Amino acid sequence: MSFFLQFMIDVLSLGGAYALMALGLVIVYGILRLVNFAYGELIMVAGYTMYLTSGSGLPWLVMAAVAVLMAIMAGIATDYIAFRPVRAKSVTAVLITSFAFSTLLQNAALLFISPRPRNVPLPEIFSETVQFAGVITPARNLITIATAVVMLGLFSWLMRHTVLGIAMRAAATNFTMARMLGVPANLIISSAFAISGLLAGVVSMLWIGRVGAVVPGVGLEPLLIAFIATVIGGMRSLQGAVLGGFLLAFMDITLNFTLPQDLLKFRDAFTFSLVILILLWRPQGLIRGPASGQRT
Amino acid sequence: MLEIAGLQVAYGAIRAVRDVSLTLAEGELVTLLGANGAGKSSTLMCIAGALPAAAGAIRLEGQDVTAARPEVMARRGVATVPETRDVFPDLTVDENLQLGAYTRRNDTKGVAEDRTRMFGMFPVLAERSSQPAGTLSGGEQQMLVIARAMMSRPRILLLDEPSLGLAPTIVNRIFEMIATLKGSGLTILLVEQNASKALEVADRAYVMRLGKIEAEGTAAEIAAATDLKALYLAG
Ligand SMILES: Nc1ncnc2c1ncn2[C@@H]1O[C@H](COP(=O)(O)OP(=O)(O)OP(=O)(O)O)[C@@H](O)[C@H]1O
Ligand SMILES: [Mg+2]
Repeated sequence: MSFFLQFMIDVLSLGGAYALMALGLVIVYGILRLVNFAYGELIMVAGYTMYLTSGSGLPWLVMAAVAVLMAIMAGIATDYIAFRPVRAKSVTAVLITSFAFSTLLQNAALLFISPRPRNVPLPEIFSETVQFAGVITPARNLITIATAVVMLGLFSWLMRHTVLGIAMRAAATNFTMARMLGVPANLIISSAFAISGLLAGVVSMLWIGRVGAVVPGVGLEPLLIAFIATVIGGMRSLQGAVLGGFLLAFMDITLNFTLPQDLLKFRDAFTFSLVILILLWRPQGLIRGPASGQRT
Repeated sequence: MLEIAGLQVAYGAIRAVRDVSLTLAEGELVTLLGANGAGKSSTLMCIAGALPAAAGAIRLEGQDVTAARPEVMARRGVATVPETRDVFPDLTVDENLQLGAYTRRNDTKGVAEDRTRMFGMFPVLAERSSQPAGTLSGGEQQMLVIARAMMSRPRILLLDEPSLGLAPTIVNRIFEMIATLKGSGLTILLVEQNASKALEVADRAYVMRLGKIEAEGTAAEIAAATDLKALYLAG
C-alpha cells in the first residue's frame, strides 16, 4: 500500500509538471500549427529572473510572481519578434525564426550571465520532506501536484467559461471562421503565447526547484518532454497534451522502479522505444482532436 | 450599401474571379448565380475579407474596405455563412452562438435576448444547446451557422449555398427563413445553385460565368431569360 502511494505521488508530481509543459507547447501549436522552438527559453527566462532578483530580499513568492510575469512577457515577445513578422510568409521561415530566437536568448544568457549554473533562491519548504501513511516524500512533490491541479483547473475554466477561451478553442479548429465572427487574429495568437509563457513560468519554478540552479540550456529538456508528451497525446488536443504528460511520467517512473541499477542510465532509450510503439499503434497520438483546420 | 467594382481574386496562377462588379442596396436581397467553379464563393469570401483581392475595389457605405481583415468586416456588420458550413465541431451549440455575438459581447442582455429568439426560430438548436456542434446533422449545422451569423445583428448577411446537400423540406425551411430575414430589413447577398428557389426570394440577380458577371437584372428578368439553363450548363 505504501509502495503504491509512493509510486502514485511520484507519477502525479512528475506527470503534473510534464502536463503543464506539454500544455504550454500545444496551446500555441493548436492555433498556429507550428512548434515554438523557443518554448524552453521561456522556462530559462523565468529561471534567470529568479537568479537576478535573488539579492533583492523580497519574499520568495513575490520573486516567483515576477519570474512568471517575465516568462509571460517573453512569450508575447516571441510572437512579436519571431512569429508575427514572418507568419504569413512560410512555415519554414517561422521554424527558423523560432530557432533563431531560442538561440539568441540562450546566447544572451551565456554572454551576459554565465555558462555555469547559477543558484536560484528556493523556499524552505522545497527542501523539506513529509512523512505520512508510511511514505516519505519531498514536500516539493506534493506542491507540484497541488500546483498542477490548480493550473489545470484554471486553464480548463479559462478555456470553457471565458469568451477568450471559447474563441481560442474555435480558432484552433477554424481560424478563418473565428475571424469572420470578429475574433481578432492577433489577440488570439498573443493570448496563446501569453498562456504558454504563464505555464512555462510556473513549470520553471517547479523544475528549477528540483536542482536549485539555472543554466542557459535549462529549457532543452522541458521542450523535449513537452514535445514527446504532445506527440503521444495528440498534437491537436489539449486533453491529449495533459494525458501525454502523465503517461510519459508514468513510463519514466515505472522504469525507475523496475529497471535494474546498471540499466537505469539507459532509461530514456526504453522510454523512447515505448513512445515509438505507441506511435506505431496510434500515429495521430492517443486523442485525435478536431478533424478540420487549416494553418493561418 | 455595398459596392464592388472590377473585383479580381486569384489563387496563385488560377484566376478564379476575373471581373466582378455588383451593388447591394440597403434591405435588398441579391442573388449571385452560376455554375460550379464560376467564382461565386471566391467573390463572397473576398468580400468577407477572408481572401485578398488581386484588383478592384470593395466599398461598404462609401468607405473602402478592399483590404480589410475578416475581423474588421465582422465588426462593421458583415456576417458570413460560408459554403463549407463551418460550425466549430467541438464547441457546443451554445458556445457557437456565443461566439457569433463576439462583436457585441458586452451587450449581455441583448445577446441573451437574441439567443432566446434564435432558439425560438430553431427549436432543434435549443434541444441540442449543450451538445457539441459536430454531432448535429447537416441541416441542423446549417441552421446553427445561420443562427450564429444572426447573433452579431449584422447589417449585411453573406450566404453561400445555404441549401447545399439538404433534403427538400429543409431547403424549404431555410428559404422561408431567408424570406423572414429579408422581411426584417436585413441586406442579403445569397449565392445559390438552386436558381429557381433563389429567384423566388430575391429582388435582383447576377449570373456569373468563368469569373465574370455574365448577366444581371431583376429576379423576374433573370428568371424569364431563356438562356438561363444554358448559362448554367456551359459552366
Ligand atoms: N483554394 C483554392 N485553390 C486553388 N483554386 C481554387 C481554390 N478555391 C477555388 N479555386 C478555383 O477557383 C475557381 C472558382 O471557385 P469557387 O469556389 O469560387 O466557385 P463557385 O462558383 O463557388 O463554385 P461552386 O458552385 O462549385 O461552389 C474554381 O475554378 C476553383 O477550382
Ligand atoms: Mg461555391
